[in-house]
Amino acid sequence: MTTLTLSRALNEGLRKALENNPKALIMGEDVGKLGGVFRVTDGLQKDFGEARVIDTPLAESGIIGTAIGLALRGYRPICEIQFDGFVFPAFDQIVSQLAKMRYRSRGPVRLPVVVRIPFGGGIGAVEHHSESPEALFAHTPGLRVVSCGGPADGYAMIQQAAESDDPVIFFEPKRRYWDKADVDVETGLADALPLAAARVLIPGSDVTVLCYGPMVRTCSEAAVAASGDGRSVEVVDLRSLAPLDTATIFASVRKTGRCVVVHEAVVTGGIGAEIAARITEECFYSLEAPVLRVGAPTTPYPPSRLEEHYLPDLDRILDAVDRTFGY
Amino acid sequence: MAVKDAGRAARSASRVPPAREPERQVESPELIQLLTPEGERVEHPDYPLDVSAAEVRGLYRDLVIVRRIDFEAIALQRQGELGIWASLLGQEAAQVGSGRALGPRDMAFPTYREHGVAWCRGLDPMKLFELFRGVSHGGWDPTAHNFHLYTIVIGSQTLHATGYAMGIQRDGAVGEDGAAVIAYFGDGATSQGDVNEAFIWASVNNAPVVFFCQNNQWAISEPLERQTRTPLYRRAIGFGFPGIRVDGNDVLACLAVTRKAMQAAREGQGPTLIEAFTYRMGAHTTTDDPTRYRLSAELESWKLKDPIERVKQYLIRTQQAEMSFFDKVDAEAAQIGASVRTACQQMPDPEPLSMFDDVLTSQTRQLADERAEFAAYLDSFATAEEGR
Repeated sequence: MTTLTLSRALNEGLRKALENNPKALIMGEDVGKLGGVFRVTDGLQKDFGEARVIDTPLAESGIIGTAIGLALRGYRPICEIQFDGFVFPAFDQIVSQLAKMRYRSRGPVRLPVVVRIPFGGGIGAVEHHSESPEALFAHTPGLRVVSCGGPADGYAMIQQAAESDDPVIFFEPKRRYWDKADVDVETGLADALPLAAARVLIPGSDVTVLCYGPMVRTCSEAAVAASGDGRSVEVVDLRSLAPLDTATIFASVRKTGRCVVVHEAVVTGGIGAEIAARITEECFYSLEAPVLRVGAPTTPYPPSRLEEHYLPDLDRILDAVDRTFGY
Repeated sequence: MAVKDAGRAARSASRVPPAREPERQVESPELIQLLTPEGERVEHPDYPLDVSAAEVRGLYRDLVIVRRIDFEAIALQRQGELGIWASLLGQEAAQVGSGRALGPRDMAFPTYREHGVAWCRGLDPMKLFELFRGVSHGGWDPTAHNFHLYTIVIGSQTLHATGYAMGIQRDGAVGEDGAAVIAYFGDGATSQGDVNEAFIWASVNNAPVVFFCQNNQWAISEPLERQTRTPLYRRAIGFGFPGIRVDGNDVLACLAVTRKAMQAAREGQGPTLIEAFTYRMGAHTTTDDPTRYRLSAELESWKLKDPIERVKQYLIRTQQAEMSFFDKVDAEAAQIGASVRTACQQMPDPEPLSMFDDVLTSQTRQLADERAEFAAYLDSFATAEEGR
């Protein structure tokens, strides 16, 4: 075991991906000498060369569009979009081309392209640097959408994403880049949880809390706090947002009878809404309370001096947990 | 008084300043031409072309056949057999000339109007009919003929072409026996961000890609003057690579210019922009009505520059073909026309459950559930029918 930050764990995972497959490439803005603005690609260009770790022109549509072309030629590009709010110039290439080309071909085309996106708020940034656009991608058939919560998953999941023959949108919780945890970088990934699987992080019996990305830590802290009040909270890290691991979700909710979904994204039309609808359809007779959502209000991301009010925190999660016992 | 002034200000603000007189996009001295509209062979110092009589007859046959397939498709749309068709009428020479300049290792990235290029690459025309009939979104393997899927969003494929060319570089496939890529697009596409980004990527990477712009003068109803104030081929210089304007109705010039640009790309000399100056003789698609926005005089003037007639005149004048050759080509085109017509009419609809196929490389549990649910729903009708 080695103690690594999330940024470093992703870096080690990317290094493994480049070592394991000579067709793997990294491309993005400032990913070379600088090592990315969050240093996730630090040192990779030095070790793997400019042909495999590519500093691209400053145009996101171009990054994804050329990555598609490289994938058609047999390469496996891992693209970095510098910040969540900058993915939209590439949105057309992702939604209309990356997600649909295999379907268009009726099978022969494979596009093993990873799109890494640092996402979420809490870092005191200016506009466009704190967004959570994951539902837009999860709503798009033809994409796999995942998010890691901490260093161990970051290390494993980025390698699994790189090995996937499908396009993967990979959301990295940027405010957790400097969180540290033990990561096993010695043994391979043979026993790792599959990329599309959720993980029961903290087992519990009274209420299920579903979360992903930056909210995994917050929800874990909420579970500890709730246990002090005598409430047993089961925390499930969804990890995969498309497809959803509904088997794990339903098993947990059938056991506890209560569910709170937590994300930084706005609740309207969000991942939580999708999950709540599916739980209602499949677990109706197990429910003791409606599925509650904790997320952002339906406003654009506010100026950073307001973000502590905008983002879900420990108290809002505990408040929702309490409310599920009020029915 | 103040109110009156405010009204005047509002009126003048809403008045759009007159567009500056656009540069007339007519044949200019820079236009590369090897065969005049009258069928006279002319030489160009930069583009010597050595073609045999058999090759010219082959090009003529291609031109006639792709026009015939296009003609059948329009008729089939009128009869309700195709949902829509995007006609290539008038652009046959640009497509056949460039298409026949490609080698087997080269890769082509088309828009949705490159039926002539598809023909040159050996794609079964029925694949195109599948798309326009609504049976598939294309459904061919791009590697089978090194002809990528049709791309409908304007300009997107120029980036795919550029990325593919970067892959060729990484494969070490640039050099004497190298491969290159050709990206097709139209005059309207040159306004798209993706096309401009593709120019930048290709330029800074010196990627082996040829940008082949068929300037057919119209982006649906918008004339070229809505897209540009400078001749399109001149844009290349700002991106750092050469641009050439070629007579897009001259199949020999299109062949020579594309050959040279592709060879330069294969050898590692980087991208070229070719502007094939041509005219969309038909509607944008079968749903369009060009009489609403353009004058028939313009159409008539372009009829005199027909890409097929000039080759015929050239072959006759130089006695490189007997009249029986033209009869034979016409008969072959008619036969191909009849066979695509029959094949299109007999094309079955896809199975309903096939819509669940090929979303990802493996079916997710979620989608498998949706498929099963829909299958059961369909079966419920069959069961109800049996119970009657």
